[in-house]
Amino acid sequence: MGTGTSLGRVRGLGSAHSGSHHWWLQRVTAASNLVLLIWFVVSIARLPVLDHQAVVLWLKSPLAAVPLLLLVISVFWHLRLGLQVFIEDYVHEEGGKIALLLLLNAYAIGAATLCVFSILKIAFGGVPA
Amino acid sequence: MAHNPARPLSPHLSIYKWGPHMLVSILHRATGTALAIGGGVIFAWWLTAAAMSPAAYNIFYHWVVQADPASLHASTQRLANILAKIVGVGLTWSFFQHMASGIRHFVLDTGAGYELKTNRLGSILTLAFSIVATILFWAVIAGKY
Ligand code: HEM
Repeated sequence: MGTGTSLGRVRGLGSAHSGSHHWWLQRVTAASNLVLLIWFVVSIARLPVLDHQAVVLWLKSPLAAVPLLLLVISVFWHLRLGLQVFIEDYVHEEGGKIALLLLLNAYAIGAATLCVFSILKIAFGGVPA
Repeated sequence: MAHNPARPLSPHLSIYKWGPHMLVSILHRATGTALAIGGGVIFAWWLTAAAMSPAAYNIFYHWVVQADPASLHASTQRLANILAKIVGVGLTWSFFQHMASGIRHFVLDTGAGYELKTNRLGSILTLAFSIVATILFWAVIAGKY
């Protein structure tokens, strides 16, 4: 921080090397989280039981599987962006920062892919109820 | 930059006077982080187990939701269920708090709501909302689990 001209900093030479696009995506995913998570919480509260059969039958409907897929993408994207800022704010040592950011990406992409695959497998009938 | 020593340095957490806005600000970060790690892992475990097999799902179900009386580990599971319920209440409260505070962020992003009284009231409202919503949510599902 503090190096270069004001214009240079605006162009992405600040401490995180970029910014406004990240900030905007955090808001966009926050808005989609809001809609999708309200749907999810209401759906879960309305399921009479939470056993295996109930979950599998629920996810066989495209009207459950598709919103849940969108939710996974939105939430894991949002939390990846959010934790990135957390790390940039508190971890000042460059090596540790890069290692943690790599770990964060592995977690967010890995867990999201696991969720997407699982939803599709259930939705396409790959799991007997 | 000219420096006037009579003015307080900011932020200086150890001498700051706490107010609801500060609490809500740091809670947004704390709840977001808790949801991202705790919520994300439990959610992914739940979905993956459901996609693997009824047996894999039952491991999740018996250790988190409800112990299996026939299991050798029934008493450990009952203990785990209590812990899971505490974590669950914590995560649902975190969710409602983060959600309300996130909506407050949208308002503040437009440049509105920075008057001292309004700002303070908004932050208190997010806390009131998250507590009421958590109680309501658990009241609705209480009969089931
Ligand atoms: C209910 C819908 C949600 C809304 C409206 C929302 C809103 C927001 C907003 C506006 C921010 C940016 C705050 C800032 O710029 O300082 C943010 C940050 C964050 N959110 Fe969310 N969010 C939601 C759900 C979630 C969920 C479900 C998770 C995790 C699974 C999450 C994790 C985070 C994290 C880790 C941050 C970064 C916190 C920080 O850097 O201080 N959010 N959220």
